[in-house]
Amino acid sequence: MATKPAGPAPESLYKARTKVFPKKVEGSFRRLKWAILFITLGIYYITPWIRWDRGPYAPDQAVLVDLAGRRFFFGPIEIWPQEFYYVAGLLIMAGLGLFLVTTSVGRAWCGYACPQTVWTDLYMAVERWIEGDRNARMKLDKAPYDAAKIAKRTTKHAIWLVIALLTGGAWVFYFADAPTLLGEIVRGEAPFAAYGAIAVLTFTTYSLAGLMREQVCTYMCPWPRIQSAMLDEDSFIVTYKAWRGEPRGSVKEREAGKATGDCVDCMACVNVCPTGIDIRNGAQLECITCALCIDACNDIMDKLERPRDLIGYTTLNRDVQESKGETLAPIWKTLLRPRVLIYLAVWSAIGLGMLAVLAGRDRMDISVAQERNPVFVMLSDGDIRNGYTLKILNKEARPREFDIMLEGIEGARLTDPVSNAAPAETLRLKVRPDGVDTFRLQVRAPAAALSGEQSEIVFVARSVDGEGESRETARFTGPENSGPQREEEDDR
Amino acid sequence: MSKDKKPVETTGHEWDGIQELNNPLPRWWLWVFAACVVFAFGYAVLFPAIPLPGGNSKGTLGWSSRAKVEREMAELEASRSAVLKGIEQMPLADLPKNPALMNAAIEGGRSAFKVHCVQCHGSGAAGGNGYPNLNDDDWLWGGDMDSIHTTLTHGIRHPGDDNTRMSQMPAFGKDQLLTKAEIDAVVEHVRKISGQESNAALAPKGAGIFAQQCASCHGDDGKGNRMFGAPNLTDAIWLYGGDRASLHNTIFYARNGVMPAWNERLSEATIRKLTAYVHSLGGGE
Repeated sequence: MATKPAGPAPESLYKARTKVFPKKVEGSFRRLKWAILFITLGIYYITPWIRWDRGPYAPDQAVLVDLAGRRFFFGPIEIWPQEFYYVAGLLIMAGLGLFLVTTSVGRAWCGYACPQTVWTDLYMAVERWIEGDRNARMKLDKAPYDAAKIAKRTTKHAIWLVIALLTGGAWVFYFADAPTLLGEIVRGEAPFAAYGAIAVLTFTTYSLAGLMREQVCTYMCPWPRIQSAMLDEDSFIVTYKAWRGEPRGSVKEREAGKATGDCVDCMACVNVCPTGIDIRNGAQLECITCALCIDACNDIMDKLERPRDLIGYTTLNRDVQESKGETLAPIWKTLLRPRVLIYLAVWSAIGLGMLAVLAGRDRMDISVAQERNPVFVMLSDGDIRNGYTLKILNKEARPREFDIMLEGIEGARLTDPVSNAAPAETLRLKVRPDGVDTFRLQVRAPAAALSGEQSEIVFVARSVDGEGESRETARFTGPENSGPQREEEDDR
Repeated sequence: MSKDKKPVETTGHEWDGIQELNNPLPRWWLWVFAACVVFAFGYAVLFPAIPLPGGNSKGTLGWSSRAKVEREMAELEASRSAVLKGIEQMPLADLPKNPALMNAAIEGGRSAFKVHCVQCHGSGAAGGNGYPNLNDDDWLWGGDMDSIHTTLTHGIRHPGDDNTRMSQMPAFGKDQLLTKAEIDAVVEHVRKISGQESNAALAPKGAGIFAQQCASCHGDDGKGNRMFGAPNLTDAIWLYGGDRASLHNTIFYARNGVMPAWNERLSEATIRKLTAYVHSLGGGE
């Protein structure tokens, strides 16, 4: 460091933040965005409070991720940890769905439905309500910190924090019985994890939606970088029709006879942009396709009595065709191209496959582990006994009984060493609702029935109510010389 | 950025063009260091910290790791006391009918077994030559809860315990009660009644000797007698081996297995837990 650098000092790799003050806008896309905002926030806040009757042995919350009990409840569907592939499938569908949407209509997810966009929109609405629209906010930003500014800023941040707290607060209700947890949170009796999660999510909501905003989309989120692989010249994206707008010129210039395009360079599209870009520079990484510039520009075009959609949703190809005055194919034809159809097909196939597997899945299972110490016991009448640990999974939310039977070894019989009942061919076991019960069972078999040192034995568990049967093959171990070929002479 | 930098102060040391700079410590580091010093003083006052000739300083809070362990152990004992009491007071024969207590007893017995019993009986309770397999259904002294409990409590051939289990097989060969040929005959008889290959010429002779010498304890049919700890000789299970050489040794020298009386070392509750565990291994009666 002490030696003088040979070349010029390197420029900083960091760009100072450009403050963005989006202007209020009205129009069809703005209304659509409000609707989506209310619907998505509504779903987010209300879902944990929806009840679903599952009987006395399972929780009555419609959507519940029960981490402690390792169950996931979604309406009539209950997922056990070993069925987590359904969640993996949903994630794959979500990924493919994102590809599908992006390929056909660009970054619709980013512009309308992404939580970052939705909460930022909400935060901006609060900001506009407290501090006023673009010009007022710019003025306030430059103003010295006097009482009025401090009051406004404090109010704004306070409301933001309340929203953030409610957001973080709603999240934890997905992981526990919502009414119970709310009571515990209010009384200060909730587990630390609940308070911790609320604190973290309050902080992230406040900082991501309130402070960082477009920086999240531009610098933190990987999706804008990936999306260029999804888009092609047939994807509908927010486009400035340069062939129509250029050269820009004011109304007066056109009246003066100058050959100007439709763009009057009023900067309305730039002023409303939540990421602070100029859509007239073409498709850009920062553009989340929120379409607010379309609303802003249409408003101006209406006032100037010029045709709408100088900025509008179109594809690169359609834009070129339109500029040449060619007739455009119907929108559905542009939408339904092979690439979109393939995504749609794969997406639907996974969805249908998951539904099919879900409908046909077993509501019970068994697993059998042979005891290894001792592997076998010789009984006084010469029979061989093996011990097994049997686990029965009852996935129904009601207590069930199962009959355990054996196959594969002639004359094999079951005993329960604790209850000490006489050996039987069938053993009836009660299993708790929505749970796994473990049983220690012993199987005794005549040595002559064995097929050598290791024989195969099949455990069959059949639900007494007739709904389900599971089988598992285990080993039955005997002395080295067991089996029908056993020598009569055992002279050791 | 770098053009705003002030020249860095150096110590004046330079080796082969490499200078030693005299940058100040980062401010955050200094603050953390200062905070640690403050914390250390507070800690030393509140908690045991300073070694002194008469033992370490106790700290004003009076906290010690030993007291913490003792408190936690007391809490553990208290939380177990209800179950322990139940296991201690319930009539033994009723214990298997109470699944909650029985399972607690079995689990407690399993861990006690691992400490006190595995040395002879093996970690799976499968025993070995001379050490009974506790998994099977063949019992010298009985396999019901009360018999197992008595065996555990008083042991076998345990000196100083009047109620200890005591079996007394004579050393027929060593004490010259039987000749070697007679013992060989008895061996053939025992092999015959236990369903093994035997010498048809010698066995009947052995049967006569057996009726005179052995039947008083082992029974006329050789099925044993638990009152004397006399094993059943007709089944498939041999504690010391059912082959000719082992049987010969057993009759010639006799066998005198031992087990400690556990009431000298273990609490009644632990013995009951062990009883439940052994009973649950599969041979319980």
